[in-house]
Amino acid sequence: MANEPASMVTLKIPRPLYERLRQLIIGTGFRSVTEFATYVLRDLASQPQTRQDTDRMTEAELEQARQRLRELGYL
Amino acid sequence: MIHPHGGKLVNLVVSSEERDQLAREADLLPKLHLNQRELADLEMISTGAMSPLEGFMAESDYRSVVDSMRLGNGLVWSIPVVLSAKTEDHRKLKGGDRLALADDEGRVLAVLEVAGCYQVDHDYEAQMVLRTTDEAHPGVQYLRSVSPWYIGGTIHLIRRPEHTDFLRYRLDPKETRVLFAEKGWRRIAAFQTRNPIHRAHEYLQKCALEVCDGLLIHPLVGETKSDDIPADVRMRCYEELIEGYYPRDRVVLSVFPAAMRYAGPREAIFHALVRKNYGCTHLIVGRDHAGVGNYYGTYDAHAIFGEFEPQEIDITPLFFDHAFFCRVCGNMATKKTCPHGKDDHVMLSGTKVREMLAKGELPPSEFTRPEVAKILSDAGR
Repeated sequence: MANEPASMVTLKIPRPLYERLRQLIIGTGFRSVTEFATYVLRDLASQPQTRQDTDRMTEAELEQARQRLRELGYL
Repeated sequence: MIHPHGGKLVNLVVSSEERDQLAREADLLPKLHLNQRELADLEMISTGAMSPLEGFMAESDYRSVVDSMRLGNGLVWSIPVVLSAKTEDHRKLKGGDRLALADDEGRVLAVLEVAGCYQVDHDYEAQMVLRTTDEAHPGVQYLRSVSPWYIGGTIHLIRRPEHTDFLRYRLDPKETRVLFAEKGWRRIAAFQTRNPIHRAHEYLQKCALEVCDGLLIHPLVGETKSDDIPADVRMRCYEELIEGYYPRDRVVLSVFPAAMRYAGPREAIFHALVRKNYGCTHLIVGRDHAGVGNYYGTYDAHAIFGEFEPQEIDITPLFFDHAFFCRVCGNMATKKTCPHGKDDHVMLSGTKVREMLAKGELPPSEFTRPEVAKILSDAGR
């Protein structure tokens, strides 16, 4: 039993963010910041491509950027 | 590619379909004329250089940044980015109001969706952000010149501020990101400067380049104090230097449109976060970065990075000591790498260099490249 990994781990977040979240959950039914953060992170984790997608430019935008870089002599 | 601060590169330039409609609406809205710093901020916010900001700071973000160097959501941000009221009427703006933002010639550039107007204590802001309330500090002088009423809100950019200078060197964050990707660079060091590049700066840049794939020389061309060397003179120095002494395929020269705050350590954090948005993975931080006079300790801009977890900043600072040419070593060095005394080092203060140039004398080649010295000397005449 002692060698089994714990079923929960501790995450560290900045204190101002913690305080802000503590205020946010008042009256929402979430009993703790931990419960709220777990809910939000589960939701985020169910959409694994979110972060990459927001960074991605369309092919047309990419070509427009390349064209300008060529015109300016960078490429 | 390194992620933008907050995970998403902001783009507030409205689509061509929306532009005409928004411009017509803006004609009927109350107008606010932006000053030079605010114009620069407008452009940088709108093009994602200041991601995750999507407008001028509302009160909660402003107070959180001033007090704790974090936005209301906890993300690190060290410098207030604010819009000052210009008339009594602006102070009456409330959440949901809309305001047209114009340049000094009255051209409407954006619509601001107002979150609110709030009063601040400039002395408190100066002490917290600039670490001084001394009237001689250029940042304090700026605060004294604007209203203590700030207007927060989200930007919808109709058209960009007009530029007539450095047009071939103006790249947005999304463009530098594409450029670095096209060049196949994964580790990119940024060099922030508002001064000519002398041998000491060249040494830091080349040390950084030894451990990175590419170098972005990113001189600030926004508003600076009147006795700083003009940006057009500095640009000629950079061009000459790159032509003669740098590997062209490893260096990018592009201008950084921000205004200078002279906030020393806090501005070093700001410069790091913004360069991350441009796609850089490293930032060169020399002695007294973004400092002025004797307001900050030599290494305060290094120490401040220790107040955050590295992953919160994400871009890696490369800290450097003061560099010089050592006659005994026969090369550039710092006190970290050179065992010899000051008598063997070629070190000149900015004041001494200005005096030499004023007299028509050129600084020694161990201090500055002859081509750079000549440009500075010609400009000083």
